[in-house]
Amino acid sequence: MSKVVRTVAPFGPQHPVLPEPIQLKITCEDEKVVDVVPAIGYCHRGIEKACELNDFPKNIYICERICGICSCIHGCSYCEVIERLFGVEIPPRAKYLRVIWSEMSRIHSHLLWLGLLADAFGLESMFMQFWRIREKILDAMELTTGQRVTQSVSIIGGVRRDIDSEQQKKCIDIVREVKKETEELGKVLMNDYTVKARTVGKGILTREQAITLGCAGPTLRGSDVAEDCRMQGYQAYGELGFEPIVEKDGDSYARAVVRLRETLQSCDLILEAFSKIPEGEISIKVKGNPPANEAVFRAEQPRGEVFYYAKGNGTRNLERLKVRTPTFANIPALLVMLPGCELADVPVIVLSIDPCISCTER
Amino acid sequence: MGIIHTSRIKSPWIMHFDNSSCNGCDIEVLACLTPLYDIERFGIVNMGNPKHADVLVVTGAVNRRTARVLKNLYDQIPDPKMVVAVGTCACSGGVFHNCYNILGGVDKVIPVDVYVPGCAARPEAIIDGVVLALQKLAKLQGVAI
Repeated sequence: MSKVVRTVAPFGPQHPVLPEPIQLKITCEDEKVVDVVPAIGYCHRGIEKACELNDFPKNIYICERICGICSCIHGCSYCEVIERLFGVEIPPRAKYLRVIWSEMSRIHSHLLWLGLLADAFGLESMFMQFWRIREKILDAMELTTGQRVTQSVSIIGGVRRDIDSEQQKKCIDIVREVKKETEELGKVLMNDYTVKARTVGKGILTREQAITLGCAGPTLRGSDVAEDCRMQGYQAYGELGFEPIVEKDGDSYARAVVRLRETLQSCDLILEAFSKIPEGEISIKVKGNPPANEAVFRAEQPRGEVFYYAKGNGTRNLERLKVRTPTFANIPALLVMLPGCELADVPVIVLSIDPCISCTER
Repeated sequence: MGIIHTSRIKSPWIMHFDNSSCNGCDIEVLACLTPLYDIERFGIVNMGNPKHADVLVVTGAVNRRTARVLKNLYDQIPDPKMVVAVGTCACSGGVFHNCYNILGGVDKVIPVDVYVPGCAARPEAIIDGVVLALQKLAKLQGVAI
């Protein structure tokens, strides 16, 4: 009997599937993956330290650049944690506006991911179609905030800009259109024979494993755990009748379905928020320096739960800012999913947790 | 060599590398490929393999760990090659310029031909940057664009 030869295949740091640098050292026996070792640190910049060196109002711009895809929610979360440190409450209209922009960025992130998933299968025209829809949401962002990607729309004490009635009308039209087109395209993607062949039963994460490993976001909800930070009802989510989306199977297909359904749900949340948004001020003045105190805030990002901790010391600079991001929680799950799969399935399974390396390493 | 020089200008293949960017510029680079901006009309195709590439598009500031990877990739691209630094971080370090793990802009490690500023750089600006790089290449090789 011949001996089975083990080979180590490096996956990354530069790989067509991942726009970001992470390296997975994949040990294979023939085509079967037996072991995976991640090597992270390619994207580490030292943002938490930079946040201690800069004034607290400037940190908004640094925190938004932790990740360019979920930048809006990072900015909102930083402002929210500083507001909690000060013990101030922002006006209700600002809360609604933050929800609207957060949900828009969730739609853009999920559509981006669905496009990348299609690209990983080689369905290039499907990738193009999803990104075509995504451009519409970016138009709505640009219309309301002035920027396509990093909006910088939250400030400490509220938001920087208002959405007037004309912009609101345009946004509602865009969101309805996006919802309709995503529904149509989603049916095509999820009923496709090749997509099912490459995702159903691949990269299974059981409910117990998901809980033990402390997964977050769609990776957790794809494994039949109804856990979503928006259930806390922060910002205006408590008034919007939010229900988490859960799938039972725990495979790559289930995670894709969660994200597709969440895209449609976010469209509904935006429409509902627009129908309920109260009139009034959009920001309040916050004076002075952060007091010597601590505050925490948890928010739901497109990829899962983000945790912000801030400690003030009475000066312009923060004593400590700690950010825990969802992909960091999901990488251990990846190491459980990969062993036993074929080498050719690795890109799709890696994508199925929607890794965001710049979030992870900061 | 005439036909090779001419065709290289008409169909440059780009390779994208993310140093330690926030993703903002990366998704804008990808957005260039999609129907609204469609850089394929210039014959530009995104490649995963440095040995197939003519233009290296780099996003993000260089950190201590990616510097070696970036140099490696640059060395693997066959001559003649062009480097386009996309985004403020790739140009100078941007908001991360004083972070402890950041060395600075891409030009600290490899020579850069075109700088595209912006945070995040807009797809129009990125397309403009790549076309500028091609004009430079055409001039170097004495080919009409």
